[in-house]
Amino acid sequence: MQALDRLFISIGRAFNSFLSQFLPPTAVTVIGMFLSAIIISTFAALVFMFLTWLERKFVGRMQDRIGPNRVGPFGLLQPIADAIKMFTKELITPEGAHKVAYNLAPILAVAPVMMFFAVIPFGRDMVAADLDVGVLYLVALSSATEVAILMAGWASRNKFALLGAMRAVAQMLSYEVPLVLILLALVLMAGSMQLTELVAAQGVPFALLQPVAFLIFIVAAAAELNRTPFDIPEAESELVAGYHTEYGGMKFGLFMMAEFIAAFGMACLVTTVFLGGWRPWIIPLPSWLWFLIKAFAVLFVFIWFRGTFPRLRIDQLQAFCWKFLVPVTLLNVIVTGVVVTFFPIVRDGQIVVQGAGGWAVTTVVYFATSVVFGLIIAWLYRRPTQQALRQIEVGRPAARGLSQEVQAA
Amino acid sequence: MKPYAVIGAFFVVGLILPLVTVIGATLLSPRKPNPIKGDIYECGLKTVGETWVQFKIQYYIYALIFVIFDIEVVFLYPWAVAYNRLELFALVEMLIFAGILLAGLLYAWRKGALSWV
Repeated sequence: MQALDRLFISIGRAFNSFLSQFLPPTAVTVIGMFLSAIIISTFAALVFMFLTWLERKFVGRMQDRIGPNRVGPFGLLQPIADAIKMFTKELITPEGAHKVAYNLAPILAVAPVMMFFAVIPFGRDMVAADLDVGVLYLVALSSATEVAILMAGWASRNKFALLGAMRAVAQMLSYEVPLVLILLALVLMAGSMQLTELVAAQGVPFALLQPVAFLIFIVAAAAELNRTPFDIPEAESELVAGYHTEYGGMKFGLFMMAEFIAAFGMACLVTTVFLGGWRPWIIPLPSWLWFLIKAFAVLFVFIWFRGTFPRLRIDQLQAFCWKFLVPVTLLNVIVTGVVVTFFPIVRDGQIVVQGAGGWAVTTVVYFATSVVFGLIIAWLYRRPTQQALRQIEVGRPAARGLSQEVQAA
Repeated sequence: MKPYAVIGAFFVVGLILPLVTVIGATLLSPRKPNPIKGDIYECGLKTVGETWVQFKIQYYIYALIFVIFDIEVVFLYPWAVAYNRLELFALVEMLIFAGILLAGLLYAWRKGALSWV
């Protein structure tokens, strides 16, 4: 068990000591860094291939279809067939496109999502770069993709692509604010932006301490990833394919890759900050296996969304973000600040909650506060009653509830 | 210093990996250009008019609100990290700051800047 838990660390150590027989220590460090980057990036690329299969299979099942089942057992080799197809398709640069920006955009879309995994703790002591500003770094990276998307849309010289890119950027900018505000509440509880510290502070998963924030985070994350029901940047029924309309072959494949790897990265972030990261739950499996199980559970929820919800309109989408998510998450920060003052989890950099009893009290207090907060919000945004609706018809704007404001936007 | 070097390594690898893929695809794929293939897609017709059109003003307003909010929220992060070392007064200060933020949001809401026009 112990050996299995530390499997990858032992392999790394053994490789390091093997290399240091021939090379100076500086060279060993540099090679180690690049090797960790290459291994994690390759792993992310493999997860991408697996995810394309997983999503098609699951969505197929949800729509009462079979999904891919021709290539290999259960269609498992489908991603490889797709990769071969993409490699052998002609790469076309449309006439009138800005050549440099057009060809650079897919590469720039992939780079930031690959960098996402540098700070994620995949298991006990399994983190490539234990950055002390980890949360801020991830937030910064998630907005870096927008540059590539706008570049792709603008350079294609296609109206659909430009419209898709603008929608994508507006949506990703807007939904970043609630994400950042929720992460702020969690940083407040853990007293650190370092992701390993955040995991260490989760004697009880933060999803239990902050259920309302957890739900909002999942929804906002789906929007940040441009996934259904928030996929208006690529709405195929109105915009053909959005910002990658003019892309084909491997260049299109890279945009696909950026999207799916970003989804995996976001699932890793949710796992790390809400689900206790690599901490095992009840069953003692290796820490990295637990991390992957949780991350794929979150990914399954994203796929489930896609099989369930219809697409939103852009005005509904922006109203939902700015008139509901932003005020609620901002209030959540204030409420969390008050609770943390009286029931601190971390004091002076040390975890102060003691034993199972202490955690039980903390969990009950935080959970109850979050639920009460959620109920108050639900009451504030309730549907207007019949009487209120009649008063609106008479022309009394004061009777308009908040939820109506959101719907009417 | 070391974590930042690792992030540099990730950046380099993150750029090289897609670059290698695109170069590989260029080598493997056929190359038979013709004028119709190079056309910009628009439902089977030739594109009409200017492509780089004026964009909707609402995008600009959302971007402005975003800049205000995101930057102010980033100011709250150091406070959140240092909070467990501070006295009760830190909470009061944050309440004032968050109150100003909320007031700004309500102002934008009242002005109709949050509504799609």
